[in-house]
Amino acid sequence: MKGILSGNEAIARGAFEAGVKVASAYPGTPSTEILENIIQYEGIDASWAPNEKVSLDIGSGASFGGGRAIVAMKHVGVNVAADPLFTLSYTGVNGGLVLVTADDPEMHSSQNEQDNRNYAKFVKVPMLEPADSRECKEFTKLAFEISEQFDTPVMLRTTTRISHSKSIVELDEPVQGLPAPKLVRNAAKLVMLPGNARVRHPLVEERIKKLGEYGVNLDINRMEMRSNEIGIITSGVPYQYVREVLPDASTLKLGLIYPLPIKLIKKFASQVKKLFVVEELDPFIEEQVKAAGITVIGKDLLPICGELTPGIIRKAFAGLGMVKAQTENPLPEAPARLPGRPPNMCPGCPHRGVFYALNQLKAYVTGDIGCYTLGFMPPLSAMDTCICMGASIGNAIGVVKVVAEEERKKVVAVIGDSTFLHTGINGLMDMVYNNVPATVVILDNRITAMTGRQENPASGFTLMDNPASRIDIPDLCRAMGVKNVRTIDPYDLAATKNAILEEMNRPEPSVIVTDRPCVLVKREGVFTKGPVLAVSEEKCTGCRTCLKIGCPALAWKPIDGKKGRAYIDYLLCTGCDVCRQLCKFEAIERKK
Amino acid sequence: MSTAITNILLVGVGGQGILLASEILSEAFMLAGFDVKKSEIHGMSQRGGSVVSHVRYGSQVFSPIVPEGEGDILFGFEMLETCRYLSLLKKGAAVIANDLCIPPPAVLSGKEQYPEGLADRVRSLFPNFLLVDGLKLATDAGNPRAANTVLLGAVSKRLDIPEEYWMKAIEKLVPPKAFAVNKKAFQAGRNL
Repeated sequence: MKGILSGNEAIARGAFEAGVKVASAYPGTPSTEILENIIQYEGIDASWAPNEKVSLDIGSGASFGGGRAIVAMKHVGVNVAADPLFTLSYTGVNGGLVLVTADDPEMHSSQNEQDNRNYAKFVKVPMLEPADSRECKEFTKLAFEISEQFDTPVMLRTTTRISHSKSIVELDEPVQGLPAPKLVRNAAKLVMLPGNARVRHPLVEERIKKLGEYGVNLDINRMEMRSNEIGIITSGVPYQYVREVLPDASTLKLGLIYPLPIKLIKKFASQVKKLFVVEELDPFIEEQVKAAGITVIGKDLLPICGELTPGIIRKAFAGLGMVKAQTENPLPEAPARLPGRPPNMCPGCPHRGVFYALNQLKAYVTGDIGCYTLGFMPPLSAMDTCICMGASIGNAIGVVKVVAEEERKKVVAVIGDSTFLHTGINGLMDMVYNNVPATVVILDNRITAMTGRQENPASGFTLMDNPASRIDIPDLCRAMGVKNVRTIDPYDLAATKNAILEEMNRPEPSVIVTDRPCVLVKREGVFTKGPVLAVSEEKCTGCRTCLKIGCPALAWKPIDGKKGRAYIDYLLCTGCDVCRQLCKFEAIERKK
Repeated sequence: MSTAITNILLVGVGGQGILLASEILSEAFMLAGFDVKKSEIHGMSQRGGSVVSHVRYGSQVFSPIVPEGEGDILFGFEMLETCRYLSLLKKGAAVIANDLCIPPPAVLSGKEQYPEGLADRVRSLFPNFLLVDGLKLATDAGNPRAANTVLLGAVSKRLDIPEEYWMKAIEKLVPPKAFAVNKKAFQAGRNL
């Protein structure tokens, strides 16, 4: 049987075919669909964890218990999971353990484009890099074999173009006869006290050497000899671009990208006249090849920043006269100056009123990662920092510590429910413990929205869609010792603005929790539409105040020779009522 | 070797159903026995942003994205987005676009204007241009929400894939109760 699978779907299938028992992840683009797809397979305990470190702790625990486990995260998630990861390199595994890192060159949906291949070298664990969906499935299975054979966690690295591209995959049946998990004590291997860890470290170094040898004859590291004029070392999606643009070039296609099979690379180098590395982001392969004393061209030719494309590769090699510059025709000019189309908060988004109020109050907003990062965009324009998951509260604390007293009250941290539980909660602990007078707004929309509506510990449901104990965020904040905790309805503009202003002026730590679900939550009874609104043409004065909230359902309608008017697209309006509260002329009315 | 590959771009606004249309295309190509790859960006672009999906088929497809300047067919769900991605096409490419304008944020707020006369300008660059009133034809077929399927029908006319595979792909990927309407909408587009 065959199907068209995305890289993420194929990894999920590979995990199933490999007999995985436990899968854990925190959602993050472009990795999210791995867990969302794994739930279709019987026999896998799959769940969302509050953050990537917890998911890796769960995965390694399952491995210690003798089961195969997979954990998946976006590239920056590995930073959160890095603490256990480095030491798991020392302990090794019992059941196979695979960590999927889904990198995002070009930052389609990320705050940086770190190249997580560097982690493999830093952590000293093997890393596999598939180049299409078929390889995603096959490499996932191989990763478990390598993990158990070499007693090591294995990293599987994708990029957005692998995770979110689809190609044809042949499906197989799951493996049989894996040993049943059970408790086996092996403290010398798993209790990383200095005495034990000192014994483990030399084994890690030995393991990497062995894996370097193993890679030389591994069929996923493959020399494809065509013309001997150009030889290209490549892996992942750049391999596909190379085959497309330079069909006659010989390629060394690497599947195991750490440790590198240096002997194989030397052999390949000796059979071609000119050697190149084509890789996205850092010169990861290039530097190691050069360190082995091999002459090679890489980042002198190709950019470090951003994604590669067939066009970028063509242009680079055309500059050396190795390929024709353009395949057929020059690109036509754009037919007109086109207004951009950036992403926007949805009509009825409960975040909109909060950012409008923050803008009006001229707050200094330390932001966080989620849909609400779009509060940065005009016309809301109410975000001053956004670094990483959970950073908002610590950032607010730090700013408050240094600025003059009259500026302190301007500082407001804004963070979503899922991000707060991910790593924001630690910042709040500090704020309470050290009695820092900042204001925190927790936007509780009862879902992890940005990545496509995933459940979380405050949503009341699990990944498997089973009802779950729901963390009550206001109660949690009170239990942590925040004296000033209040819950507001972000659809009530005046109450929202007043609450934020009062807490900004309060010289104590305070938390405001907004209580409105995401409009995209499909579960019955969570989000309900209000009465749709309309603009009265007679009453509208064309003052444009309502346009300051940037709602996609609200538009400006120019009228020839006269002042324009606002109008509301009734198909998009959710009846949140926020714009009606802004209109001084009562021109926005509930439609009957 | 790239001459054996057909490159299709589907462009529009997040939430318009571009992913489903590209799934149907890919499924039909696979059923017809071709190698097929498709690629698109999820995430941020879901929030009403600009979306482009690449679908490629042929005897053997390497890159999942269409090389710049090699697009054979542009399948536009919205006029502004149709124009935004013309630079990915080769000369003489076919452009099939939905006659629909969705104003972006800067136009909604009155800061910029939605450019006028886009269809004429596209036609002057790409004479093989078909402007489709997807909404009207879908409404005639029984459901205004099947506009994408009308467009898909029009695109299918330009691809050498037997009709039975299109039907199978649509049947597999649209909800069973919507199949009859989508079949009708597809035919309406195919007859253009």
